Amino acid sequence: MALHRLHTPLDEPTVRGLRAGDQVTIDGIIFGMRDKTQIEIFDHGKRPPVDLTGYPVLHTAPSLRRVGDVWEKVIIGTTTSTRMDRFAPRLFEQYGVRAIIGKAGLYQESLDAMGRLGACYLAIVGGAAALETTQVDAVEAVYWPHLHPEAIYQLRVSNFGPLIVAMDAHGRSLYEDVRNLAQDRLPDIYRQCGINT
Amino acid sequence: MTAHIDYGLIEQVAADLYVRALKEMPPDVLDGLRRAREKESNPTARTILDTILKNIETSRDRKMILCQDTGLPVYLLNVGERFPFDGYRLKQALADGAKRATLSHPFRGSSTHPLTRENPQTSVGQGLPVIHWDFVPDADYLDILMVPKGSGSENMSGLRMFTPADGIAAVKKFVIDQVVQSGGNPCPPGIVGVGIGGTFDSVGVLAKKAICRPLGSRNADPQFAALEEELEKAINASGIGPMGLGGDTTTLGVHIEWSYTHITQNPVAVNYQCWAARRARARIWPDGRVEHGV
Repeated sequence: MALHRLHTPLDEPTVRGLRAGDQVTIDGIIFGMRDKTQIEIFDHGKRPPVDLTGYPVLHTAPSLRRVGDVWEKVIIGTTTSTRMDRFAPRLFEQYGVRAIIGKAGLYQESLDAMGRLGACYLAIVGGAAALETTQVDAVEAVYWPHLHPEAIYQLRVSNFGPLIVAMDAHGRSLYEDVRNLAQDRLPDIYRQCGINT
Repeated sequence: MTAHIDYGLIEQVAADLYVRALKEMPPDVLDGLRRAREKESNPTARTILDTILKNIETSRDRKMILCQDTGLPVYLLNVGERFPFDGYRLKQALADGAKRATLSHPFRGSSTHPLTRENPQTSVGQGLPVIHWDFVPDADYLDILMVPKGSGSENMSGLRMFTPADGIAAVKKFVIDQVVQSGGNPCPPGIVGVGIGGTFDSVGVLAKKAICRPLGSRNADPQFAALEEELEKAINASGIGPMGLGGDTTTLGVHIEWSYTHITQNPVAVNYQCWAARRARARIWPDGRVEHGV
């Protein structure tokens, strides 16, 4: 298990250098978006008004306060990624995104795309929004503000994390490992509880 | 006849409880997380538990909301038999309080129309807040327990109508499988609330009441207390771990609430509560005194 301090944008060799189980913190720009944003991009065919190449995407719907032209943070947390699994491969392929930051992971097709394109999934600690908010220095821009709280948020972060490399560009997913481990253990667990299967 | 309680006071307490629940971690849950951290052998799980504890500290020091999912408001009432009130006005006061908290703090409202997905940004709407009523003898106070229920965990809940022939084994398997299949989605390690018995509608309420019990409490009936311990051990043996990334701690505790059921049925419900097992309580006396607790 290695520790990495990453600066965005990320390039392919950097991402391929990350292994499942490693821990990461991020400095620089990341982009927040979620369900409705990606429905707009992929189902309604609207191109994001900002270049995402090399940047991580954070699955979030932040609480912000608008003061004149400035967006101030209230609370910024991370949501469940599994709901947005179908968008991930195209985020990597069409828009050059190098990492998705979220909770609970993505599925096999997304994992395959990470291997093919040099991308990864970084797990944040779900629910730890107070801490996460203190690691966001500024909401630098909000694109598609009519979609708020599901717009595109350009966030400047420092020491953002800890994030766990949960799915890497080498075909390994910690979620899959853990699911397999649980499946191996279940027969014994059932037996001890007197459950016949 | 005592004059009715002041409904403006009820509204204020309902609002205060919502905000307080979002910011103050119940001490029993904090202790549970600390104990889990001490026992945990998996390095990734230890990092996650440390981060959770750091988040609780940050929230406390900066008076920030713990998690961005401010949930749907659930109020559980225990009404003393001599508490002077009008049920309809009390219900309105709770809804007004939840709405006021959302707008005045302000925080994200998550209540949404199920077909149009329109979100009024108030945390309330048709059928919300959820209110569960119960009544206690020989008391003149009103106890309000407020639980902001986040969706990551609520979405991983489930209900099954088993039959007597399925036996207790089916009940146990359903609970274990529900938690294992949920993986990291519900933000483990949290509280697994189990309802057993009753009817289709009431078993879900039992499971909800189970997640609202303080961590470390055991069902008063030794048979159910033993089942709680057995399921806790089984779930933690699965290795799912904090945030589904592996480890010794998948649940902080299994709580069961039960009721009698029909001779032909055995309903079971699992209501999942995330590690941010937020709740706040207040006792209101007829003279307007308010005591706050968890």
